Amino acid sequence: MEHFISLFVRSIFVDNMIFAFFLGMCSYLAVSKTVKTSLGLGIAVTFVLLITVPVDYLLQTKVLADGALAEGVDLTFLAFILFIAVIAAMVQLVEMIVERFSPSLYNALGIFLPLIAVNCAIMGASLFMQQRILLDPETSTQAIGGVGDCIAYALGSGIGWTLAIVGLAAIREKMAYSDVPKPLQGLGITFITVGLMAMAFMCFSGLKL
Amino acid sequence: MSLFSKENGAIFTGPLNLNNPIAVQVLGICSALAVTSQLKPAIVMGLSVTVITAFSNVIISLIRKTIPNRIRIIVQLVVVAALVTIVSNILKAYVYDVSVQLSVYVGLIITNCILMGRLEAFAMQNGPWESFLDGIGNGLGYAAVLVVVGFVRELLGFGTIFGLTIIPEGAYMEAGGLYINNGMMTMPAMALILVACVIWVHRAVNKEENK
Repeated sequence: MEHFISLFVRSIFVDNMIFAFFLGMCSYLAVSKTVKTSLGLGIAVTFVLLITVPVDYLLQTKVLADGALAEGVDLTFLAFILFIAVIAAMVQLVEMIVERFSPSLYNALGIFLPLIAVNCAIMGASLFMQQRILLDPETSTQAIGGVGDCIAYALGSGIGWTLAIVGLAAIREKMAYSDVPKPLQGLGITFITVGLMAMAFMCFSGLKL
Repeated sequence: MSLFSKENGAIFTGPLNLNNPIAVQVLGICSALAVTSQLKPAIVMGLSVTVITAFSNVIISLIRKTIPNRIRIIVQLVVVAALVTIVSNILKAYVYDVSVQLSVYVGLIITNCILMGRLEAFAMQNGPWESFLDGIGNGLGYAAVLVVVGFVRELLGFGTIFGLTIIPEGAYMEAGGLYINNGMMTMPAMALILVACVIWVHRAVNKEENK
């Protein structure tokens, strides 16, 4: 239980997808214009992460890992293709489910839903999970040793991503009233804002969990 | 149309400056920021992306007429994922230390927006040779920004270039000098601010063209 909580809190603040690893930057910058849409995207990303990370974990440990399928068979080189296939399929599935059961949410998310397939945060979470399986759970709070850990990690990463995008959207809404030098307007100043936010998040890096 | 006509030249040089994938199109930011704390991984990353963009562009361009429109994203992703797997294994075999430094970011080339963007916007409509040039041009444009940011970060953050010490030993505080490495430069936050500066300079210089 303790490990779940520390993994969860760690992936929100210390190993924040945006501020520590720059994952999902493209949609992060493109969508963060209003708080409402960015919140919707954040929830969608969290949701897809919650499905893909555990599924990829099972694939990795039960099929791909050395000797998992049959003695002496190491399929790890297939990881990239399989992970991205799982993600693309899951995004398609989530899209269909949301469309069927909640048309209002589907309309609110619009184009962002299919675009999640190429969001680096999703792929990145699976790849980090693949690396962290090797860590020793006794000594490292980042270790992932089971489906439960995967869910805690995915939920934390998703919430961290949502937090980051909603924060940036709120700042950008306010920034509409600021006097920014012409060549820096739009993208440039957004980058600097994210840089300053990342600096603020750096203070969590000393957090002992 | 000849292989090295003026139009093809423009396809190649456009992304290097006026249509730079990072500074103008704002694609592929994630890896641009994460791998640039030193020059060597930045260059390896830039070259890998160039190779993958060029070849995935060629492959998609060759089969573009047979891909059903509905599943094109998945086809593109599989082609890119296969190429990334090859590149990742080559890096592991020949430059293992760099591949460890790049860690997950090699795998993340799959979801690099430059690739999907070029495949969707260019390779699906153009022939293989034009697509190849477009891929190389975009890859090099991306690599150029990586090199600039990597150079500044390594020089100011570690006082080295390619791991060779540039700042003389005697200039450091410990040796009685006045200089100290800027630790901030090695942090993720400064990468963002440096990219912002690159964009700022780029836009200020190309003011007329961007209007």
